[in-house]
Amino acid sequence: MINQNSKILLEIRGLHATINNVEVLKGIDLTIKSGEIHAIMGINGSGKSTLAKVLAGHSAYEVTAGNVLFEGKDLFELAPEERARAGIFLAFQYPIEIPGVANNQFLRLAYNTVQSERGKEELDPLEFDDFVREKMKLLEMNPDFLDRSVNEGFSGGEKKRNEILQMALLEPRISILDETDSGLDIDALRVVANGVNQITNADNATLLVTHYQRLLDYIVPDFVHVMEAGRIIKTGGKELALELETRGYDWVSKENNILAGAAS
Amino acid sequence: MSTALQNLVNQPYKHGFVTDIESDIAPKGLSEDTIRLISSKKNEPEWLLSFRLKAYNKWLSMKEPHWQNVTHNKIDFQEISYYAAPKPKKKLASMDEVDPELLRTFEKLGVPMHERAALAGVAVDVIFDSVSVATTYKKKLAEVGIIFCSFSEAVQDHPELIKKYLGTVVPVGDNFYAALNSAVFTDGSFCFIPKGVKCPMDLSTYFRINTEESGQFERTLIVAEEGASVSYLEGCTAPRFDTNQLHAAVVELVALDNADIKYSTVQNWYAGDEDGVGGIYNFVTKRGLAKGVNSRISWTQVETGSAVTWKYPSCILRGDNSVGEFYSVAVTNNHQQADTGTKMIHIGKNTRSTIVSKGISAGYSNSSYRGLVRITPTAEGARNYSQCDSMLIGDQCGAHTFPYIQVQNSSAKVEHEASTSKIGEDQLFYFSQRGIDAEEAVSMIINGFCKDVFQQLPMEFAVEATKLLSFKLEGSVG
Repeated sequence: MINQNSKILLEIRGLHATINNVEVLKGIDLTIKSGEIHAIMGINGSGKSTLAKVLAGHSAYEVTAGNVLFEGKDLFELAPEERARAGIFLAFQYPIEIPGVANNQFLRLAYNTVQSERGKEELDPLEFDDFVREKMKLLEMNPDFLDRSVNEGFSGGEKKRNEILQMALLEPRISILDETDSGLDIDALRVVANGVNQITNADNATLLVTHYQRLLDYIVPDFVHVMEAGRIIKTGGKELALELETRGYDWVSKENNILAGAAS
Repeated sequence: MSTALQNLVNQPYKHGFVTDIESDIAPKGLSEDTIRLISSKKNEPEWLLSFRLKAYNKWLSMKEPHWQNVTHNKIDFQEISYYAAPKPKKKLASMDEVDPELLRTFEKLGVPMHERAALAGVAVDVIFDSVSVATTYKKKLAEVGIIFCSFSEAVQDHPELIKKYLGTVVPVGDNFYAALNSAVFTDGSFCFIPKGVKCPMDLSTYFRINTEESGQFERTLIVAEEGASVSYLEGCTAPRFDTNQLHAAVVELVALDNADIKYSTVQNWYAGDEDGVGGIYNFVTKRGLAKGVNSRISWTQVETGSAVTWKYPSCILRGDNSVGEFYSVAVTNNHQQADTGTKMIHIGKNTRSTIVSKGISAGYSNSSYRGLVRITPTAEGARNYSQCDSMLIGDQCGAHTFPYIQVQNSSAKVEHEASTSKIGEDQLFYFSQRGIDAEEAVSMIINGFCKDVFQQLPMEFAVEATKLLSFKLEGSVG
């Protein structure tokens, strides 16, 4: 939702990043305000997921140029866990399995860590159990999954629901959803999208990273950005996603080359 | 390895200090004379001296084992002092008379003994450099006929029991280090639970090596008569030294018909510094004989210390329907090496055994599980289940599994499962993205990994073990 009075949450300026000395982000500029939903689309290898991981602070990536302000503060001054506590949330494309660690313990520790950072009340196991079960209804999850190990043996759909459950629990300022739609059947997609829609409000923002228009039928973006070779080459409204769906990515790429040619 | 993980693992050893107590140390070296000296110092009967000498002669003909997957400096057995005892200032009638220096040591170790005993209901038989200096709750235990005392006392007060059971589970010539121990052991613990008695409290012993270059040769013997049961806790810490110290203990357990012995260990000997200098060589023989029908021997161990560990707490399941259990967590870090596991020897009918082994390796350490399951021809209907899991932290450490399975009875059922996992950067990133730092993440993963073993430990030990593991691995992940 675009709002005149909204605040700038995230401001990315000239961001370059490398992995194993290969440059994968080659100058990203993007401003995200509260209440907004942004979608980043693009073919495989265009740098979409890299952008998500760099913002979250994955150690495999090195930021080589540019800066990112999160609520006015230098994001790169913060360790990954500090970013999370400050309100940056990444829903992983492939949530990792953590055998032996019960989901309810993990969720409670994450929740209490973030609560304590915000000066809010922590919950004991019993209180948390009530609280998390309420949130799970939002995502139509089976309560028995609380006792299972984090993501272990979860189906693709269960893993993604678990990510969105964590988003609901941690109440982030900005949520980055990395291909949350991949591997979901249409029913699961609807449930997950519905969960996301109930969490988004005028104070937070969402950045969707996706291949397909499909997700955007359920979570309607205010802005659609097309990435190619580490840059955002086109930005439009939600109708851009529909156009990509019918015409593919080639035309954006060509259009961009022509523009680039004209500029030089 | 990231720096957070390294810092976590590389905290200095907390219990590294030397207590200044006058020691009565025998001259270095091993000979018949040394053994005679030990025996006479301890005022032992003739049969025990012959037991020692027989062991010594066996030992002379034996060679150090080299099959284990560890390397260490050669041990010069003539450079070891085989007897060290704190000089008693006077005869001790109560705790108040215990050397205050000694009490302070226990305080530093976090073992306020009398308080601990009173609050937790644990009787602590404290071993300090081979000689017991205080025994608590002895009276209360005596009321129900339980004998719980130092080995030396037992030799004086209950020679018939010692004579009957000593060396019956681990014979004098069993292996190189057991033979050495049998020749030169100086003290240890003795525990006897008479027929039909359920021991009303967990029995606990704290060990501590305190004299540099004094080998430690503890001897423990626990006997549970028909229908008796006992839970025994053993915990160890040692001060830091740069010279390696040998620790070669022997523990023998005997369970008669329907008896039940549960033996739990938390081992935290000094492991050497981060470059692998110093640390204890822990070469221990522990074995339980489930002699009677329906008897049960259960070993639970949390091994976090020592530079080199060589230890296979085993069960001989002789009685029909007897049960053997082995639950183990072995943590190695820096340059530690551990070759540990168990042996389950099934002899009686319908004998059952369970092995759950969890190895965690960090730094440059090497951890091996070595286990034998033997089903002899008489063990009709025997069953074994083994599970061996290894976890690696960082990419410079090693984990190995050497299972030996020998089945000579076709009605037996033997299962073996093994897995290897790794605390990966991506797991830690997942935690950190949820606001959880590396230390807490590692602690959570490790505790989850070890859950099956920790739940076998008595409550207060489980809490200690959890803390110890987090402490051990602090700085190893990141």
